[in-house]
Amino acid sequence: MTYIPLSEKDRKDMLEAIGIKSGKMDDLFKCIPSELRAKSFNIEPGRSELETEKYFRDLSKKNITDLVCFLGGGFYDHYIPAAVDAIVSRPEFYTAYTPYQPEASQGTLQAIYEYQSCICRLTGMDASNASLYDGGTALYEAAMMALRVTGRNKIIMDGGVSPIYRKMLYSYTKNLSIEFVETPPAHGQSDRDEIAKYLDDKTAAIILQNPNFFGAIDDHTDIAEKCHAAGALVIESVYPISLGVLKTPREMNVDIATGEGQSLGIPLSFGGPYLGFMAVKKELIRKMPGRIVGATEDLDGRRSYVLTLQTREQHIRREKATSNICSNEALCALRALVYMCLVGREGFKEIASLCMDKAEYAKQKLEGIKGVEVKRSAPTFNEFIIRLPKDPNVVIGKMIERGITPGFPLGRYYDDLKDYMLIAVTEKRTKREIDVFAAVLEEVLWG
Amino acid sequence: MGMIFEVSKQGKRGVTLPGKDVPVSSEVPKGYLRSKEAGLPSVSEPEAVRHFTSLSNKNFNVDSNFYPLGSCTMKYNPKITEKVANFERFSSLHPLAPQLIKGGRLAQGSLEVLYETEKALCEITGMDEFTTQPMAGAHGELTGIMMIAAYHSHKKNKKKYVIIPDSGHGTNPASAAIAGYEVKSIRSNDEGIMDMDEFKKHLSQEVAAVMLTCPNTLGVFNPHIKEISDLAHEHDALMYYDGANLNAILGKARPGDLGFDVVHLNLHKTFATPHGGGGPGSGPVGVKKDLIPFLPVSRVEKRQDGTFSLNYDEPLSVGYVSPFYGNFSVILKAYVYIYLLGKEGLIDASESAVLNANYLKSELKDSYDIPFDKNCLHEFVISALKQSKKGVRALDISKALIDEGIHPPTIYFPLIVKEAMMVEPTETESKATLDWFIGIMKSIARLAEKDPEHFKSLPQKAPVRRPDEVKAAKEMDVAYL
Repeated sequence: MTYIPLSEKDRKDMLEAIGIKSGKMDDLFKCIPSELRAKSFNIEPGRSELETEKYFRDLSKKNITDLVCFLGGGFYDHYIPAAVDAIVSRPEFYTAYTPYQPEASQGTLQAIYEYQSCICRLTGMDASNASLYDGGTALYEAAMMALRVTGRNKIIMDGGVSPIYRKMLYSYTKNLSIEFVETPPAHGQSDRDEIAKYLDDKTAAIILQNPNFFGAIDDHTDIAEKCHAAGALVIESVYPISLGVLKTPREMNVDIATGEGQSLGIPLSFGGPYLGFMAVKKELIRKMPGRIVGATEDLDGRRSYVLTLQTREQHIRREKATSNICSNEALCALRALVYMCLVGREGFKEIASLCMDKAEYAKQKLEGIKGVEVKRSAPTFNEFIIRLPKDPNVVIGKMIERGITPGFPLGRYYDDLKDYMLIAVTEKRTKREIDVFAAVLEEVLWG
Repeated sequence: MGMIFEVSKQGKRGVTLPGKDVPVSSEVPKGYLRSKEAGLPSVSEPEAVRHFTSLSNKNFNVDSNFYPLGSCTMKYNPKITEKVANFERFSSLHPLAPQLIKGGRLAQGSLEVLYETEKALCEITGMDEFTTQPMAGAHGELTGIMMIAAYHSHKKNKKKYVIIPDSGHGTNPASAAIAGYEVKSIRSNDEGIMDMDEFKKHLSQEVAAVMLTCPNTLGVFNPHIKEISDLAHEHDALMYYDGANLNAILGKARPGDLGFDVVHLNLHKTFATPHGGGGPGSGPVGVKKDLIPFLPVSRVEKRQDGTFSLNYDEPLSVGYVSPFYGNFSVILKAYVYIYLLGKEGLIDASESAVLNANYLKSELKDSYDIPFDKNCLHEFVISALKQSKKGVRALDISKALIDEGIHPPTIYFPLIVKEAMMVEPTETESKATLDWFIGIMKSIARLAEKDPEHFKSLPQKAPVRRPDEVKAAKEMDVAYL
């Protein structure tokens, strides 16, 4: 296939116009010394669109996606309304670029402003940026921001923070002199005593997660109070769907709220693209990394939108920029916006309640199975952990063969939790599916 | 136009949910619940769709407009790549699936996509291994610099600096700085390339890496590149290739052959994945043999029986840079593009992009200053210096172009050119479009001579006219609350 609209005659005329008499396209590259030319370029010949579609259709069939999904771990199988796909499939959105020229980009700019507004309303925070790559990089950017704001270099990592995000943070900061201290993984709520042990006048921030990786819900208000008294900032990673009902970061006096926006209308798509969101208190707006859209007026006094505070950014500040980030995840942010608008005020509460009720039902069903222990040390949202009487890896393998991805084995990240499995239940799971899940688990364990 | 919050009326809804089918209710104590509901909009689906469709109509975009935004490679995005990325078996796969026992077989198709993409990118760039994990070009830069740091620290090298020419993208120094290095900026010479004497003066055993874009942001290929990389290697400094401009040299030159050790690519540029209004992108990183142990985990591996698996066990790895395997659906679209175009198609893409750029440049040089008038590759920089003396600046010319339905070039970048306008037509534009653009640019230049005042009132046809950026930065109205 080719997507080049130049005819042979066009090429000839244009080459002539620029003084290449030979008519050879390759002569355009005379500025590359011959000894520096490519030594190899062994790529297969091109194909027609028809052959390509067939090849990839067949390749996609090597994936198996019709299992009933109880897998979460921060990434969830929520329903995506059709209109979300329809809107982001408009080339007017997806073939545009970063809105550098406001007159040519009011669509994207207003959409981002509305996205920022919805994120603020959901989290209760005062200002949101235009998005970051994913929940993990958002948490990293929040940590870096806290170091800049406080001028301190120690970070307390709560044991309930996603192990994936923790690993990302440690990779990024390996070469920097930052002191990370970790409280032990608490299957329930944050360990206040452990936190108090570490909190001192060198602490830049504490990183929390709600609900935490094990599904436990917390109210971090008291922790925030102690951190603020010590001059440290509070960073909390949140699951946006849970905010349909759960206490907001702002209500707990969190300074920087971040999170993974995948659950807001973005397909699981084997890990990306996703959406990192970040929202802060008013006094931190100017320290926030990433693109930010602001409202203003044009020459005729009309409300209009622009990228604002660009002087913090890499294309102007270079090595002194607040972050190296150049793009955001605009199309994913648009997905999240359309999702938040369609689901809306009422729907958000309903989805959150459905998730909680179905998870509670699953807990009760699983508790009825011999040897299965459901951890109830803290209230949960839509995810919880159970202890199995047999190796979770073996159990999971057998359940996959029976058409169910039952959950995630915590032994993958925690040596002392080898018997545990993390189970997520979204609004998409039906009572029948949960019943079958329990029956199959019982059969796999004891059948 | 109004905001979605103004369309909102209590009681409306855009989606109906299934009723509760379980006989229990979760009892979460009140202290854990929000005190008032999130004030999200309440709108019907038709209203939401009309609102967002109207918004979309206020965007310039590649499907509707010529978009010669330099350095951004706004080429046409083939529709079939979107179709493939939406195949349900690709789009609905949970990323944790292959981390489960017996879960690997759920993800064989997607793992094969990653593996084959890495292989193709290796051949295209002349590198030995690739990771698809970084989620954007700048993220690739950070990953690359982290690997360079891990390499030096493993070798117990004491390194402090990263050398970057002043024509480099802003992300280069920003990435080097946040990875813990100090930046040495080297000025460009009259030919638009890094000054060799300055470079030699700053090169020392303390230099960790030299970060170059080639061809650079002026569209110039540095003929001394091999000498630079030899010198760098003599000082145990690694060569970093910013692949933003790889689309200029497909099949013509490969960073791996030029002496580069680490390369990042922007799949949304060279390999035509959509820019999405500012993302998602994808910034895979390729390395030479010596740096393979430092690649991020996981690594996709092919077993002897032809199936694919993930390896997390690499003791020297820089670790996780993304939660999973990168922006999978963007990577998939790039792989579809490579599969469609094949060898000849990729070469033709570069050749035609370079032809289009040189044609535009030669037709514009009578009307605008061209600071570095050498053969360019896929893009070039003109200057509105002549016009600015009459009071018509690059910004004013941009607004005139918007009235003509053309997205302006990148302006005021690179920083080393006054009144810079960086033009990148890409290969997917016809000669008719280029001729039309040339005609408009020439008439703008004539108008700048005759009636510079006229430009102050532009644009006239856009939905808004010169929004007040100072007011925006001062008032910080960033959310409707």
